[in-house]
Amino acid sequence: MKKRKLTIQALPFMLPSMLGMIIFSFLPIVISIVISLTDWNGLDKLNAQTMKECMVGLGNYSEILRSTEFWSVLWHTVYYIIFYIPLVLVMSLFIASILNKNMKGIGVFRVLYYIPVLTSWVAASLIWKWVLSPQYGIINQLLSYIGITGPNWLTDKVWAMPAIVLASVWKDMGFYGLFLLSGLKAIDVGYYEASRVDGAGKVRQFFSITLPLLTPSMFFCIIMALINAFQLFPQVQIMTEGGPNGATQVMVERIYTYGFKYFKMGYAAAYSWILFVIIFVLTLIQMKLQKRWVYYES
Amino acid sequence: MKKKMLSAVLTGVMLASMLTGCGGQGNETPAQDTQQAQTEDQTEAQADGESSKESIDISAVNAGEESVEIIYANFNASGGNEETLNKMYEAFREEYPNITVNIETIGYDDYFTQMQTRVAGGTAPDCYELNIENFAAYANKGVLAELTGIDVSGYNATALSAFQVGGKQYGVPGNFSNVVLIYNKDLFDQAGVAYPDDTWTWDDAMDACEKISALGDDIYGIYQPITFNEFFKVAAQYGGGVLNEDKTEFTINSPENIQAAQMMINKIVETNVQPTESQMGGMGDWDLFESGRLGMIPTGIWAFGAFTDACEFNWDICVEPGGTQKATHFFSNALVVNADSAKKEAAATWINWLASSDAAAKMRIEAGWDLPAINDDTVLAGYLEITPPENRQAVFDSLNYLAVAPIIEEYSMMADIITDKLALAASGELTVEEALNQAQDECSLKIKL
Repeated sequence: MKKRKLTIQALPFMLPSMLGMIIFSFLPIVISIVISLTDWNGLDKLNAQTMKECMVGLGNYSEILRSTEFWSVLWHTVYYIIFYIPLVLVMSLFIASILNKNMKGIGVFRVLYYIPVLTSWVAASLIWKWVLSPQYGIINQLLSYIGITGPNWLTDKVWAMPAIVLASVWKDMGFYGLFLLSGLKAIDVGYYEASRVDGAGKVRQFFSITLPLLTPSMFFCIIMALINAFQLFPQVQIMTEGGPNGATQVMVERIYTYGFKYFKMGYAAAYSWILFVIIFVLTLIQMKLQKRWVYYES
Repeated sequence: MKKKMLSAVLTGVMLASMLTGCGGQGNETPAQDTQQAQTEDQTEAQADGESSKESIDISAVNAGEESVEIIYANFNASGGNEETLNKMYEAFREEYPNITVNIETIGYDDYFTQMQTRVAGGTAPDCYELNIENFAAYANKGVLAELTGIDVSGYNATALSAFQVGGKQYGVPGNFSNVVLIYNKDLFDQAGVAYPDDTWTWDDAMDACEKISALGDDIYGIYQPITFNEFFKVAAQYGGGVLNEDKTEFTINSPENIQAAQMMINKIVETNVQPTESQMGGMGDWDLFESGRLGMIPTGIWAFGAFTDACEFNWDICVEPGGTQKATHFFSNALVVNADSAKKEAAATWINWLASSDAAAKMRIEAGWDLPAINDDTVLAGYLEITPPENRQAVFDSLNYLAVAPIIEEYSMMADIITDKLALAASGELTVEEALNQAQDECSLKIKL
């Protein structure tokens, strides 16, 4: 009884922010489900009558799932993830362990590694385009010193996606590094002292103490990285525009192109719901799997 | 008890602030009398009935009638010509003191996403600018008003015809620019080749290209982008085209088109007088020309300013070479009227004035902001006096061979498919014939004409 009263009293205070949520999040979500069931062109007035007139049921979904384009786009995303997630985790763990040292001026380095995260993707992509330029870029220049002729990176079908992975890892490692750093900081120094007394070396300490106690932070990072990876878009749009010959086309890029370039809003909405389901299912699976490998101390 | 009171008061405050928050929208319209004018206009439009919704007859508008306020959105003035547009509007106001235009200049990157949202949301401006790709989609989806009763005699006929769909005029050409062949005179001198002239075909150009490329490892004869845009024009130069005449079927892999694409691609993969993508190394085509390493570049007349500033060698222009016949590109943006606007007459009066009046045309030429799409030679004469290039007359000579873009509803998708396939041919993964066959199949499959 008392609880109910409290809810009623709290309601007016929550109302402004709830209204915002309803109008700008829930409502668009519901509307986008409706749109995904139509062949709305994105220009006709968005109202109930238009929606009824261009209703196509699940037509968009079946068309997408039957198109070869969808599966190749999905494969590109998976391919990106296979390289990106392990690499970004290793790199951010590496950064976190460097930044965990107690030395003078470490604060400055922590800021330095975080700067790429704060940079806009547009600026970062343009710089990477230049860095990866086959004839004038630094990377191929460096490779030439050790006698390797670098590939054409962004215009080469094989190397375009790895190049995007490289840029993404560079930009994101500071972000995940910060989470892992806070995870490292939370580990009780007592464990290290005790294990040293027992004769454990640095390597053994890392694998038997640091890594297990870091799994909650790692778990968080993997989920975040997976969601971000599926939503890969700005770097692709600017660095390759989905090319060469569609080798870097990914889901969000397709959604944008269908919705705003080809005026197939219904198709694009269905595409984004499929993307949602994929991310949702994968996150659920990870939640289930975490029991097997994530170690919560208390 | 006190707490309860407080929460009740706060609740009241919250609700009140929300209500006023919603009411605030009305304040955007500047004065009450315009609001009144608006409602009057609306009732007028309603009285006219459905017929006035579809098309507009602006010959009915006289100066000195009651005042109207309209919104005009554009992207073309952003990044340098906002001032020019304002000056044009001031001149317009002197002629039509009753029409107030609120000009919204929006950057190109955001423009079309914003316009799409506004059209679908029923809050589109009364009149606005569209590029050719989006014009096709908008006109076919019935969101533009047909323009009737406007005096079109002053317009360049080809540019005007680009904005007709099914014989109806849905837009006027707001600006105009075309493509000419720009060449590096110094490289031609060094290679001992005669300068190109208007009689050249691509065979003549290829001969010159080979001699210029021979001057050095990083010197190239020509750069012509491998894109759909370039392709439909070169196809026209060989008597081909991507659609049949009544636009009911794709003809992408016709023999003429294959010949055209072969010319475009052979100069990269066979003779290499045009650099490959990796030879370009991420450099832009204009940069390549400005650095003095490129003999010829067919490009837009909007390059004149940049080349005048950046080129430390002599350059000039001529009409682009042809295949079996001449065909040249032009670019024009449509100025259109929103089909749902309550003030179509005023909107059409403004865009028609902006696109074709002598006063606006003169200001446009003075500012070097493209060309006005008009046919009055005396107004255009001012343009010829500016050098370089010396042979500026070629800009107008090129107008004799204009090729109109194959406007269909799904223009963007067709353009993307063909560009992708041509890129495969340019990288040597497909032969030209295979590329065009694939493009033909994919377009026929995905696009309903």
